[in-house]
Amino acid sequence: MKTDRILVTHGGGGALTRELIEETIAPIFNSELLNKFEDSSLIPATDRLVMTTDSHVVKPLFFPGGDIGRLSISGTVNDIATSGARPLAISVGLIIEEGFSLEDLKIILKSMKDTADEAEVHIITGDTKVVERGKADGIYINTSAVGLLPEDIHLRPANIEPGDAVLITGPIGNHEAAIIAARNELLPDVKISSDCAPLGGLIKKLIDEVPEVKCARDPTRGGVAATLIEIIESSGFGVELDEKEIPVDDDVKSLCDILGMDPLLMANEGKMLIFVPEDRSNRALEVMRKDKYGKNSRKIGFVTDNKKRLVLRTIYGAKRIITMPMGSQLPRIC
Amino acid sequence: MDLAKFRDTEYVKNLIDKLYAVYPGGKINVMEVCGTHTMAIGSYGLRSLVPEGLRLLSGPGCPVCVTPNSIINAAVELALIPDIVVTTFGDMMRVPGSEKTLEVCKAEGADVRVLYSPLDMIEMAESQLNKNFVFISVGFETTTPGIALTVLEAKRRNLKNVSFICSNRLVIPALRILSEAEDINIDGFLCPGHVSVIIGYGAYEEISERYKIPCVVAGFEPVDILMAVYEIVRQIANNESRVVNSYGRVVTREGNIEAQRVIEKVFVPADAEWRGIGVIPMSGLELREEFSEYDALKKFKIELRDAPDPPGCRCGDVLKGVLLPPECPLFGKKCKPESPVGPCMVSSEGSCAAYYKYGGAE
Repeated sequence: MKTDRILVTHGGGGALTRELIEETIAPIFNSELLNKFEDSSLIPATDRLVMTTDSHVVKPLFFPGGDIGRLSISGTVNDIATSGARPLAISVGLIIEEGFSLEDLKIILKSMKDTADEAEVHIITGDTKVVERGKADGIYINTSAVGLLPEDIHLRPANIEPGDAVLITGPIGNHEAAIIAARNELLPDVKISSDCAPLGGLIKKLIDEVPEVKCARDPTRGGVAATLIEIIESSGFGVELDEKEIPVDDDVKSLCDILGMDPLLMANEGKMLIFVPEDRSNRALEVMRKDKYGKNSRKIGFVTDNKKRLVLRTIYGAKRIITMPMGSQLPRIC
Repeated sequence: MDLAKFRDTEYVKNLIDKLYAVYPGGKINVMEVCGTHTMAIGSYGLRSLVPEGLRLLSGPGCPVCVTPNSIINAAVELALIPDIVVTTFGDMMRVPGSEKTLEVCKAEGADVRVLYSPLDMIEMAESQLNKNFVFISVGFETTTPGIALTVLEAKRRNLKNVSFICSNRLVIPALRILSEAEDINIDGFLCPGHVSVIIGYGAYEEISERYKIPCVVAGFEPVDILMAVYEIVRQIANNESRVVNSYGRVVTREGNIEAQRVIEKVFVPADAEWRGIGVIPMSGLELREEFSEYDALKKFKIELRDAPDPPGCRCGDVLKGVLLPPECPLFGKKCKPESPVGPCMVSSEGSCAAYYKYGGAE
């Protein structure tokens, strides 16, 4: 049933978001670079500068493990990092609702500054708008960043080949689980922290030590499942995941059991999926585990020549296919 | 309770071995009638582990899926009236009615809210007396006590701005119809764990005795489900048909008497339409006369009109187990989770959604 209106699900990061982008946005902008649907794109007339943008509307603004400020910097620098680039500069657009607490604004700005320092990126330009009460929920933040690719490095799905190992930098589902728990009074005892963090440092170390690394992607909305499906659709190959190797924290598992959710479909804000040749996977894991955001890095699967199929081998040895999820049912998780 | 042992891989392997050992060969149809079983079987990939010939069918166990078009249309009609707030469970938002979904109504400006508990509506209604709140109620015996309590609470607080569309359904009348159906031969029922907590496993004795079909109550972990499937197959191999409770840690023979009383206090059984199946005698629940002021259809003079299922949609056959989801011509083509034609593809517990999401065996 097609509709002529935007639905909440259009923002969920899954199949309906894809449809909106591919059928409505991309045909109008009609840009070859945009049509690659990568997290960041090369700036035309340059061969090493990449750019990305991201808007942040998370609710609540403050949640265990982070706040909209930290999220708005890490989300964008992580999109730069997925190409292998180092972020050079970032812009900040604030849309603030009339009546918003100045104290809260300062806390958010401080958090942005701290995260930018940690990510070694300069905030170099910005814009501030105020809208009437009721026209925005506290504050929305847009950030855009420019990054510089190291010479001869450009991580992208087109690089991957059957046999490559698929790695993850740590347990999955924590960000979305933390937001759900923070919103839900029914779950007062659940203590889950968002994983929200800038991962440029980890990616840099990885590229320095293992320059053979092929592709990186941060599994945000739609989770590991939607992100892997996007990658395999643009690469033409498949991926097989081993369920018993996929790290999920016990608290996240319990929350998923209670609410009938699947960690593979849940958003992360401080994780990276890494594709690397199998014979370099152990070295890559060593390097990743030395970074504070990669201590629990694991190999969770490998690339197959099974055309564009994401297959999960369950803990019982059964295999099932994972299809593009609808995306998060929850609006405003990031 | 530590659930780890109910997911233990060694234990699962042993059960599978036992299942193969006892399997008499030929075709056996085992049907579950619970959305949570549908999802568990799909997500653990259990179908690819059991003997060939053993078909694990999903019956009409998803409350959203069995809700007829006429109810969705009535909900949409209500949502479009100014000052009416329609509240319901999340999965109802995207079920297509004849013209639109509640999600689309919301995007068009209607006040539609998703609740985790119907009791939340009472608080909302009390703080906004200028609006009329209507809860679209679907669900089996598991959900119904909560609805009944909400009706009682509305009455206790003398709230005049609260009402309900009750499309709740009863499991046993559906099992009767399925047992008698000529287009599908069911050899065993995997009985729903949550519903059985309320109605008690004694309720299935009628089915096992009258139709000679083994009925085994199962929990939702892989070990629970496989233990129950094993017991069903074992009975079939030995020509038995009994009720066995494999979910003893929460299900009793009598069930939850208090919950049964609350349901009976507020509701009375009535004939009810199930999507795709038709009217099943005494399979629905109507508000008792003394609670009729809470009947939204009466209050707002909304008529339930016969509304045909969407063209080509075979949800009815899927719900009866006659058709496996991938056998429907629309499955994965015209009908996908992001653009569902029928409800079995919408609800997170729908059998088509489960087959789509979990893809079946490779």
